[in-house]
Amino acid sequence: MSLRIGIDIGSTTVKVVVLDEQNKLLFRSYERHYSKARERSVETLRSIRDKLAGQQVRMVITGSAGLGVAKAAGIDFVQEVYATAAAVNQYIPGTDAVIELGGEDAKIIFFGGALEERMNGSCAGGTGAFIDQMATLMNVSVNELDALSLKHEKIYPIASRCGVFAKSDIQPILNQGGRKEDVAASIFQAVVDQTVAGLTQGRQLKGKIVFLGGPLHFLMGLRERFVETLQLDGEHAIFPEDGDCFAGIGAALCASDYAEHPFDALLKKLEESVDHVGLVDTMPPLFTDPAEYDAFLARHNAMHPPEVDVSAYTGDAWLGIDAGSTTTKMALITNDGGLLYTYYHSNLGNPVAIVLEQLKEIYRLCGNRIAIRGAAVTGYGEDLIKNAFSCDAGLVETVAHYNAARHFNPDVDFIIDIGGQDMKCFKVRNGAVDSILLNEACSSGCGSFIETFAKALGYNIAEFAKLGLLAQHPVNLGSRCTVFMNSSVKQAQKDGASVEDISAGLSISIVKNAVYKVIRAASADDLGRHIVVQGGTFHNDAVLRAFEQELGRDVTRPTIAGIMGAFGAALAARDLRLDKSALLDAQALETFSHTARPVTCNLCTNHCSLTVNTFDGGRRFLSGNRCSRPLGKEKAENPDLMNYKYKKLRAMQGKGNGSGVRGRIGIPFGLNMYENLPFWFAFFTRLNFEVVLSPESSRKLYLKGQHTIPSDTVCYPAKLLHGHVEALVDAGVDAVWYPCMSYNNDEGIGDNHYNCPVVAYYPELLAANVPALKQTRFLDPYVGLWRHKDFEKRVAQMMYDTFDIPKRETAAAARAAYEAYDAYVHDVRETGKQYIAYARAHDMPIIVACGRPYHIDPEINHGINDLITSFGFVLVTEDALSYLEGYAPRKVLNQWTFQSRMYNAARYVCTQPDMQVVQLVSFGCGTDAITTDEMRSILENGGKLYTQLKIDDISNLGAVKIRVRSLMAAMDARKHRDG
Amino acid sequence: MAELVYDKNGRLLFTKEMKREYTLLFPTMLPVHFGLMARILETEGFRVEMLTTNHRGIVDEGLKYVHNDTCYPALLVIGQLIDAVKSGKYDLHKVALLITQTGGGCRASNYIHLLRKALEKADLSFIPVISINLSGLEPNPGFKLGLGTLRKAIFAMMYGDLIVQCANQVRPYEVASGQTDQTIDACEKALLEAMNRGEGLSFQSMVENFDKLVAAFQAIPVAGEAKPRVGVVGEIYIKYSPLGNNNLEQFLLSEGAEPVVPGLTDFIIFKIYNREVDVGIYGGLWLKKKVCQIFKGYVEKCQRAMIAAMEKGGFRAPGTFEDLRRLIQGYLGEGNKMGEGWLLTAEMLELIHSGTPNIVCTQPFGCLPNHIVGKGMIRKLKDDYPNSNIVAIDYDPGATKINQENRIKLMLANARGLAKQEPQRQAGAERAPV
Repeated sequence: MSLRIGIDIGSTTVKVVVLDEQNKLLFRSYERHYSKARERSVETLRSIRDKLAGQQVRMVITGSAGLGVAKAAGIDFVQEVYATAAAVNQYIPGTDAVIELGGEDAKIIFFGGALEERMNGSCAGGTGAFIDQMATLMNVSVNELDALSLKHEKIYPIASRCGVFAKSDIQPILNQGGRKEDVAASIFQAVVDQTVAGLTQGRQLKGKIVFLGGPLHFLMGLRERFVETLQLDGEHAIFPEDGDCFAGIGAALCASDYAEHPFDALLKKLEESVDHVGLVDTMPPLFTDPAEYDAFLARHNAMHPPEVDVSAYTGDAWLGIDAGSTTTKMALITNDGGLLYTYYHSNLGNPVAIVLEQLKEIYRLCGNRIAIRGAAVTGYGEDLIKNAFSCDAGLVETVAHYNAARHFNPDVDFIIDIGGQDMKCFKVRNGAVDSILLNEACSSGCGSFIETFAKALGYNIAEFAKLGLLAQHPVNLGSRCTVFMNSSVKQAQKDGASVEDISAGLSISIVKNAVYKVIRAASADDLGRHIVVQGGTFHNDAVLRAFEQELGRDVTRPTIAGIMGAFGAALAARDLRLDKSALLDAQALETFSHTARPVTCNLCTNHCSLTVNTFDGGRRFLSGNRCSRPLGKEKAENPDLMNYKYKKLRAMQGKGNGSGVRGRIGIPFGLNMYENLPFWFAFFTRLNFEVVLSPESSRKLYLKGQHTIPSDTVCYPAKLLHGHVEALVDAGVDAVWYPCMSYNNDEGIGDNHYNCPVVAYYPELLAANVPALKQTRFLDPYVGLWRHKDFEKRVAQMMYDTFDIPKRETAAAARAAYEAYDAYVHDVRETGKQYIAYARAHDMPIIVACGRPYHIDPEINHGINDLITSFGFVLVTEDALSYLEGYAPRKVLNQWTFQSRMYNAARYVCTQPDMQVVQLVSFGCGTDAITTDEMRSILENGGKLYTQLKIDDISNLGAVKIRVRSLMAAMDARKHRDG
Repeated sequence: MAELVYDKNGRLLFTKEMKREYTLLFPTMLPVHFGLMARILETEGFRVEMLTTNHRGIVDEGLKYVHNDTCYPALLVIGQLIDAVKSGKYDLHKVALLITQTGGGCRASNYIHLLRKALEKADLSFIPVISINLSGLEPNPGFKLGLGTLRKAIFAMMYGDLIVQCANQVRPYEVASGQTDQTIDACEKALLEAMNRGEGLSFQSMVENFDKLVAAFQAIPVAGEAKPRVGVVGEIYIKYSPLGNNNLEQFLLSEGAEPVVPGLTDFIIFKIYNREVDVGIYGGLWLKKKVCQIFKGYVEKCQRAMIAAMEKGGFRAPGTFEDLRRLIQGYLGEGNKMGEGWLLTAEMLELIHSGTPNIVCTQPFGCLPNHIVGKGMIRKLKDDYPNSNIVAIDYDPGATKINQENRIKLMLANARGLAKQEPQRQAGAERAPV
């Protein structure tokens, strides 16, 4: 036997392992390769050359980035999960499962019986890379993040599906003063939840579990989260000493099956492969030569506001603060917009400290010459900063940016702002913000993504961006979410693309994301003629150039692109025309103090995670609340049809008017049951069953059923069903009733009356995936309700076969059920009418929430209804209005019952001056890819605004708030214009 | 130039005049099947062109004109059509687009509408779009296909399935590289020439043709050990189209596997049968049920003949539609009909039962029916057949080939492991009685 070498080339690291004949480890290394995987491998092998030169060895390469290297070098390759399993079988026999986290991969291998292996799909992106990114976001090293996490007091719920979502959750917590320690632990918890939720897919993690891979090797806090979540003891949680290079060891073990070669020959092959460049999908360069770049720079640098010397100026000034997601921006201006002072810096996860420091500096510069007459704040941290420093006004970001853009170009008709984490774009028509587009949660983070990437490759962002400017062959990296970009970059690296080409490719990707994913433009004319671009990301010349190239036209980038929000806020402060600003003065700042404490609100079932910010002098500010109750005020009780329907449906349980003698029948409270429950409740109580409704949805209920979810990309409302049916089994019901329904009721307003495939067939998925259902009678027959007579006949047979119920009795129950359903529908419509009448009597605007019936579930909508009514709206739902319009042909196939209602409700809203639509969309809802465009076109053709609220298992309402407030601002602007 | 005529809902019609002047473009899904169908349409007097383009520009056009969260096949199909229209190869005022329309509760029924929206967005709304469907939706005066054409289309589908399935069993073992593909071309040519002469249009002659086709593939010299067989199932476009699945079959071949791709015939029978099932579950016209039964009966008769021919020629033949119906019991109800519905799971079962436990289940990212019938059934299949080795692969504009290939490689490594265990297990079983 000869020595065996395993090389594991991952997305970020190279691991080299040498084993002797007795499977003893002779050498091991674990090194970052900074996208130079081949060079790194060669260097490591050279370092051990003196020990191996002249010997016959067996060498195998493994790893996610190893395939290309193996191919190019002509060295044997084994798939990395397979390699890992080989190592575990050898060194830790009796293992039940392996959890391995790498730079970008997460894997679970189930042992026992047939080997079962799971890898993260294309959606559940990075883990190690995700932790890196989060650490960057918090401005700590990964090791510091780890140390922080060990001192946590509480865990915040953070979306666990995809890294980008988690980021959207973390940012507001940080901005609102959440403790870093808690956030750090929450990040690790999100990784754990993501792994467990995304990869177990119906198999429980139990027994002896081995933890492998870099992050689990180095991060004690991450280990702690796994052990605690999976409730493992020391014997069942194994962290092997060489857990960071197990795949490499496995590759060496697998090498036994492959041929021997002289070490030097193998090394030579690898060395030669360094020069080998694969086929990379490339695009034209950003600039063909430096002269072209210079001309470009000259054109853009001409757009700048007047600068005023702060040390010489005497007079009034106004302050604007933009407390953004990753950066804090400030601008101090004179009456004509002249810049006295600007500031742009990463907020280091603590915007309050930054603003405090800067205010002190500004007061120092102002001396007695300059009087601050007003201060306004915008951005994610608006509420916190406004309260901390007693600013005069707060305004929503979109309005701040429009203020600023208008200052530079009064004809502006389109604004796009790409910040660290979010993109905002909007059109301007008739001097008012007309339609607002915010990025969906899945493509956010682009600006900071490029920064994280630069750091990972060992550059700062400015250097990295510069590299791309003159790159000759920018890599085509696609245009989806950043997690996908990670793997696109991985592929480009594998194919030997240079850092320059990758840099340019990333800039182009960001632009494509903005243009095709957020704006969804077909041509430049779609956007406008006078486009102003802003936001820190546009400081990157490569991004700006890519944007112009993509649109095929020149745009305006003010030199202060990065601080336009602050500039706009300052203009707003000026326009308040105050005599005196309430802003804390220099003296008050001397005694300023701030502490943040997390608490959980227990005033209702939402159990919001609140942060109590305490300032000097006992001033307090509460963040994270969705209603005014924790502030000591009564909850605003504006009419809210979502709430009304929810309460009405929840009451439909028990024996009703029947005796309940036939037993207890469980109905899961989810998906189409939000529509069909009134029918089934009447049906079963009439047949003398007791109806047991599953509990109200909650995070806890979701987690209860999480381990049986087979598809991690299905919508959250469907995922919740797993918990609901398990709860019914726990309640000991005699049977669970959850029929499959290809079709829903035919309301005559569409081309057909289908349910979506998920709603239609989820019962069958549950039957196949939830083992607990074997303990009960799970009844999921196919039924159709729209043909009353046919249904009566068929259900009578069904009930006779299943429960021995006389057919006539069932037929009567079916008729009663139809009546009960009609009564429910009538009641919803009448209540809707009353609410609208109330709104008109009190001169209140009306929001029509258009979604699915199940969007009234507070766990699904996260209290959006409370938020909307708290802004002074009356809220009604689509089904209260849809009957007011008849059938009309649509430009899409209008074939789903629930979706047809939205089109009709939107058409009706177009006829009512005091109504606006808010469309609720569940992430992962395939049908809404069709409906959103159609809804937008109905509403915009009808002169209405279009607002879409995308909802997921994220419980943070920050983005929703921006949208609703932007809608309000746009409504105000229209009122001014028209009125 | 043909005048633009609209129906009462404002839909642009394909007129008889256009039939004379226009070229019909349609996207490829199954190159062999669709190629045959194109030639059949030509014999009906249409000028047609099957698009075989495959480059990044197609995806870019799709991203531009179709909502990015729409399923990937819509993006590709529409992207491919728009890309072709804009290529400058055609007179914009003399092309029409052909697209299939399945109907049913899946988003796929919306392709034709999304295509029209895309054309409008691209200022090309003067290009007529023709729906091909079995439901009589959207009739066009210039595009009427008689029963005769329908029968030819069924024949083309049968020939296509037979050719592809035989070829798949030969190609991995062919001694002279490329011979299988040459044989496919020769077979297609012979079939079309016969059709042009008016031959091969009776059931009897179709059966004779089956034998000839089988013989042609039988004649290809093969060598080498049996390779691990890998089944391919999934959303219909991604399953078949090399553009959609990043040349999956090619990749499997290059990895030393033998791809097994269930044919189109079952899908067509499935779509006909759904109507019959609906009447059974929900009620409806007896006549509708009867018509469906007759139509289905005819296609099934063709299918049985095809199976017989393959078996006679020593090829592994697929099961009948009735076999699939039997297999699905206990998994999904026959009412599960959106997209590929219960058929997808049934195909996985058939593969497992016929000695192909290694399966790639392909789907567009976020495919709604596949949540249920693809990913949703793998757990249960695994429980019932511990040796089944199924990997679900998502396809979308952002998914990289390396990720997909890595996951498939993992499945292949497993497959080889299982193949190694197999003789041991059998040996163990033989020893057991002693």
